[in-house]
Order: sequence, then C-alpha cells, then structure tokens
Amino acid sequence: MSIGITAFSAYLPYNRIKREVMGTAWERRGLKGERCVANTNEDSVTMAVEAARGCLRVVDREKVDALYFASVTAPYAEKSQSTLIATACNLGTGAFTADFGSTPKAGTTALRAALDAVAAKSASNVIVTAADCPVGYPKSDQEQLYGDAGAAVAIGSENVVAEFVAAASVNNEIIDRWRNYGERYINVGEGRFIADKGYKKAMGDVLKAILKKTGLEAKDFAKVVLASPGLKDSAGVAKKAGFADEQVQDNMMLEVGDCASAQPLLLLAAALDTAKPGDKILVAGYGNGADAFVFTVTKEITKVQKGAFAASLANKKYLNSYIRYLSFRGLTEANPGEPFRTFPSNAAYWRDQKSLLRGLGTKCRKCGTTTFPANRICPTCGAKDENDLVLITDRTAKVFNYSIDNLAGRSDDPVVVQTVAEDAEGTRYYMLMTDFDTKEIAIGLELEFTFRMIYEGGNYRNYYWMCRPVRKGGNE
Amino acid sequence: MSIKDQTAIVGMGCSKFGERWDCGVEDLVIESTTECFEDAGVGPKDIQAVFLGQMYAPVGGLAASQVIDALKMKDIPFIRNENWCTSGHMALISAVMAVASGAFDVVMALGVEKLKDTGYPGLGTGRGMNPVSEARRTAPGSFAMIATRYFYEHGLSIDEGRELLARIAVKNHSNGALSPKAHFHNEITIEQVLKAPIIASPLGLFDCCGNSDGSACAIITRADVAKSMRDDPIYIKGFGISMDPMLPHNRPGFGWTSFPALVNSSHRAYEMAGIKNPREEIDVAEVHDCFTPTEMAIYEDFGFTTRGGAIEDIRNGFFERTGGLPVNVDGGLKCFGHPVGASGLRMTYEIYKQLQYKVDNPARQIKNVARGLSHTFGGPPQLSAVAVFGNEKG
Repeated sequence: MSIGITAFSAYLPYNRIKREVMGTAWERRGLKGERCVANTNEDSVTMAVEAARGCLRVVDREKVDALYFASVTAPYAEKSQSTLIATACNLGTGAFTADFGSTPKAGTTALRAALDAVAAKSASNVIVTAADCPVGYPKSDQEQLYGDAGAAVAIGSENVVAEFVAAASVNNEIIDRWRNYGERYINVGEGRFIADKGYKKAMGDVLKAILKKTGLEAKDFAKVVLASPGLKDSAGVAKKAGFADEQVQDNMMLEVGDCASAQPLLLLAAALDTAKPGDKILVAGYGNGADAFVFTVTKEITKVQKGAFAASLANKKYLNSYIRYLSFRGLTEANPGEPFRTFPSNAAYWRDQKSLLRGLGTKCRKCGTTTFPANRICPTCGAKDENDLVLITDRTAKVFNYSIDNLAGRSDDPVVVQTVAEDAEGTRYYMLMTDFDTKEIAIGLELEFTFRMIYEGGNYRNYYWMCRPVRKGGNE
Repeated sequence: MSIKDQTAIVGMGCSKFGERWDCGVEDLVIESTTECFEDAGVGPKDIQAVFLGQMYAPVGGLAASQVIDALKMKDIPFIRNENWCTSGHMALISAVMAVASGAFDVVMALGVEKLKDTGYPGLGTGRGMNPVSEARRTAPGSFAMIATRYFYEHGLSIDEGRELLARIAVKNHSNGALSPKAHFHNEITIEQVLKAPIIASPLGLFDCCGNSDGSACAIITRADVAKSMRDDPIYIKGFGISMDPMLPHNRPGFGWTSFPALVNSSHRAYEMAGIKNPREEIDVAEVHDCFTPTEMAIYEDFGFTTRGGAIEDIRNGFFERTGGLPVNVDGGLKCFGHPVGASGLRMTYEIYKQLQYKVDNPARQIKNVARGLSHTFGGPPQLSAVAVFGNEKG
C-alpha cells in the first residue's frame, strides 16, 4: 500500500509589513523583502484552522480520523488546541487529536508521526496542520525575519498526490533558539555558532542520512525544500549537499518570513503547487535536530493544483507602521474600547459549540429554511426541533447589507464592518467582516467564512466565524 | 379589544436631560416625580403602583430597589421592565393596562436611565444576545444598515442619501434649540452635518443621537375620574406593541427598509384609536430618531407618507414644525439624547404638554392639536411601542 500526501494547503494572513518599515522605526537598516503579520483576530489556532480547511476541500472530512497540530506559539500554554482546531474543522469526536510543540521542528515531527500512524494503520487519514507567529526581540534581525503563517498536509493512502518514500531524522542538542517559561521573545545564540553547530550541522547531517537511506543522489530530485531561519541559509545547506540552485525551493523569506513549525510544510505546499508527476521532492525541517522526507509526486497531483499558493502571495495589504505590527502582535497595548455588555461563559460557549465552533446551522425539515447560528424554532414555519444540522462555513454568500463603524473596535483596529450576507439559497448570515479593504465593500460582494478570535473575555479565547471577501485564488 | 378613553394622564414630570454628572438615578427620579406630583396635584401616598422602565440595572443587576429607596414610596408594588429602547413605553402601557383592568385607580409610569455613569460615551459594544457571535454589534452600525439599503433600493448615491438624512438632523436640532430641557440646543446646518466625522458609514456624528441622563414619568388614572383631578387630562386613545421574531440581521428575506414591528405596532394603535389616515389625523408625533435613517423608515412604516414618499416629504419640510405633520417637535432623541428607559415617557411628556397647549417654550407649541403619538423602537432593532393620545374623549 502506498501512502503519502493526499492534500496540501498554505495560509498566509492578509497583512504584510515591509522590513524596511520595521528597520526605519529603529533607525537601523531594514532587511530585504517583507513578512506576513497575522491580523488582530488571528493566532496560531485560527491560521492552523485555515490551513486544515484548505486540505478539507480535497479530503472528505468524514474520513479524517486524526488531526495533529504543531506550533511553538500556540495561544494556550495548557489546553489542547488540536481539539479546538478539529472542532472548527467539524471533524468527528472520534478523531484522534494531538498537539506538537517545543521546537520549530514540531511541524515535520508531526508529519513523521502522521506518516508512521498511517503506515501502521493506526489512522487512515491524518491532517497535520502547523501555524506560528514567532516574535523576535524589538530591533533584532529576527523580528524582521519571522513571519506569521500556517500550512497543512493530509496524509493517507487514497488519491495520494505525493508518495512517501522514506524519512530520516537527527537530534542535535544545542542551545541556539529558545524561550524560557513565560517569555515572549525568542532568544538566539551568537550567529556564527548557531549556524555552524546548529542549523548547518543538523540539516547537513539529515540530508546525508536521507540520501544514504534511499540510495538517491542530489541530482535525482526535482526540488529540495528546506526550512530556513534566514534569507540564505537553505541555499547554503543545499549547495553544500550538492544541489544546484534551480533545485532549491524558494524559501519565501522575502515574502512570508520564518514561520517556525509551519515553514517546511508551507514551502512543501508551494513546491507541490507547481510539481510534475514523477518529481522527487526532498523536504526537511529544523529545530534541535532535523527531520527529512522524500516524496515522489504522482499523476494525481494535477487534480489538486490550483495555483492557490501564488494567489495567496498576491492577496495582501500592507501595515503602514511598525507600531501597528507591535499592537497587532500584542507587544504594545491597545485600548480595548468600550467593554462588552454581554459577558462570556465557558459553559455557554461549550453548549453553543455546534454553531460557534463547528459552523453548523439548522435546516428546517418542514419548510427548508436554514438559519445560522442554529435555531430550535424555525422562523419561517414555526416547526420546533424539526431540523437537521448543516455545515454552513464551507459556503459563500454575498453582501446584502453592511455598515462600516469607524469606532467600534479596539484602538489599533477600530473599524468594524457589520455584514448581512445572503447565500444562493437565500439563507442570511450576520457576521463581522475581516481582512477587508473598505473601498471594496459593497452590496453584492462575495464572501467566505473564516474562523477568528473574537475576544478574550473570561480570560480565555472566544473564537467564532467572520467573513472576508473572496479574492481571486482564495486564501487556499 | 380596545381601551380607548378608559384611562387618562393627569400629571407628568420630566427632568432636565443631559450630562447630569451632579445626579444619580435617585436624583433623576426625584426631579421628575416632584414635577409630576405638582402637576397632578397628588402626592406619593396617592400612588397605588409604580411601573418602572429602565434598561440597564446599574447596581449589580438591581434596578427597581434603587428607585424605591430613593422615592420612599411605601407599601406598593414597583414593577420594573427592560425592553430595550421601548422600556419607557412599556412602563406607560403597563400602567394604562393596570388601571384599565380595574386593579388600580391611580398609578405611576416612571422611566429613568443614568448612562453617563457607565464611563463611556456610547451605548457600548456587544449589546447582543450572545457574547461571542454578537460581540461587536453596535447601535450605529446596526441602524446605519437602514440607510445603506434605503439608498440602494431608491437609487440614491451616498451623497444624495446623506444630504436627505441631514435634513432630519437639521430639523430636530432646530426644534431642540427651543426645548429648555433638551441636552443640545444648537441649531445646525446641512453643511455641518455632511462635514462631521463619519461614525458608522454612511452615518456621521449628527446622524446619531446623544448619550445622556434623564427621567420622565406620568400619573395615570381612570378616565371617568380624571376631570375631577384636573381640567385638561390627556386621554390614552390606543397603543400598539410589536416585536419582530428574530434579529433582523439573521431574518430570512428581510429588506431593512421596512420593519414589521413598526408597521404592526402603529397600525394596531391606530385601530384602537380609530385613526384611519394617520397623515391627516395625527397632529403631532414624537418618534424614535435614535439615528436619522430610523426616523425616515418610521415615516413610511407609520403611514405618515407613502412607500418612498419620505424622500419628497423630507425635502419639502412636511415633518418640520410648520409642516403638515410636525415630528419630534421637542428635538427628539437627537437633542435630548437617549437615556433608554426614560425616552418613551419623555416623548409622551412633549405630546401631553402639546395637547394641553402648555409647552414650556411657546415658540414650539403646535396650533390646533387634538391627536398626538409617541413611539420608541428598540433592540437590534426588533421591538416597537406606540401610544396615541387625545385631549378630548371620543
């Protein structure tokens, strides 16, 4: 039985900042390029949901029996987030969920665990979703180099688009990139030391190991996909291992940044989006050691290539100031504005999770009216408890009515767009819009659902669905 | 069923509205009830029940107790209701029904709200029914959607639409300038309205009502004894209350330019009052101008004009003080602000004084008045309450 990747997806947040803007704020040189910045309502959970949902456009969610989440910036220090992501993806409660963390290698570690699970027939379809929002010290190079993003792959044995050939790993104990308990900023060791004895050593070792294990040579690969903490690190390691420049997957450091555990999966998704049947792809992730994998692209690949990665690179809006980056990442305070008049309840949040998290509405069995969130009594015909739960959040809808409130949000992100949307069957949705450009908002604008953090009342994260304009190519 | 002419208002009081930093809820209700007792010529001991309208319960969820303690009215029921912006009308209508039922002879309807103690200039975010799915729903953002859809349906550009709405703001400010108890007394121009900062597009600052403190109250008794208490009681001709079944944002097929609650509440009140043609038979009206597009939608839903007729009637000044049907003659919520529970009774106070020809500033007294209407519209919006009054029986 051949196993491997059955779907892949990358999620880039809509906001970007040019590194030059960050450098100028500190009266220092800005590094080349730009980086992704998660929105005020995004975190590693919401981006992991986005990435996982990308895979669910290809893989039947009914068949997914495991979801692994990898992140070094998971919003909760204690509480499973893979369950939250699985719920937002409307997976069954029978699905096995697991959280991977501690090191940016968590993304490929989860991938290896998923391949092992499917090979061992412990699971048949596993979604591995990774997302990170790493934070470097103010003024540091890392602050500019890191980027916020998510990526996911589905592992299974049906309709495999990239067949798994082999995996190899090394562990390499070194204090090169670390955070102590309670710290926000990532500490990094002296640059030449950590490059020589950390990244370059482990990546070099793992490339050697995988080539030895498979008996393949550098020239056999169409693409080598390497995690890269800096602009040129991946190119250096690849060259030393004998790969030619054109074999090396663009590390997207000029557009996205180092998105930690998500990075190797994101670059793999980028590579697969343009790969050809028969291509051999080598992918490796780094963090106190390294994991490497070899995949062979199958003819199934053409069925899932939609150019989504290129499109999501093009969908962007620039933050015009460094201070906005700081407040968007919670590094400086924003005035939260008026307090909410309604108070959170973790019991109510649990009770309402079918609609709030799963995105299920009710469709009346008598008259067919669908409402979201769920309603026990049909507003059209009055039938009580005679409805079926239907998944709403995979739908698109068009703006029927809206308002743009300039004052309702928090001080650094004040504009709140209340939206009434209508889908093709006439179902109405009331949501807040996000990732908008106010100039594009009009009656008739096409929208899709996106899972976001609404607020942190109750000292926990209240997530729910918002809408955003459907952009060409989507956000994959 | 009709309770036309079964009950009458024999006294009313209304506090000064505004930023009453000097006053608590207690002071506001003492101010309005003192005037009310003097006007009616009765005292606290004559009141058999109090119906209280107050939306926010400021003291740990308690509302009525604070008012009871302030007024020292003994051994009678205090019944508090919260029905969003219609809370004042609900208090009034509850009082009317209590007297009409025969349970009581003399009761008080009392509305109060102390918004300025919340520490925030607006009505707050997250005013919905679910703390997660409605966390950032605001009043300006919701009511602005009436304008967005009205402009779209009638082919008005944003600029044309905003100019139309500006006329409502200018009218109400012109009236408010003549109202001593109003919060704002400044006349404004269309240009000022259009140049003001945008709050919730397409609404600018002057499209939104103020946020203030206030209290108003009424003493209700049986119509057959009202004349023994004063020469000019004001009779309750009819009322209508309607609640739409679902948040309009989620309601299938809802168009946003007309609200069933507005249509049904007004027409029920007309039916009870025997009014066939409101445009002709209503002489003065106080309606819910929380935002200018709300007042515009009300003109059409209340039958003050035809569907789409608001545009011409606004441009022609039909609802101005000197027009065919003066609306919000005291300046409305625009100038009084909207201390939620008090507003319905404050509006009724203006109608009461108009119908008695006793308006505190004669410059805004409407001539030849026999029928008046007051109205509040609340929630997302979802709830509407209307009352019709007359200065003679029949």
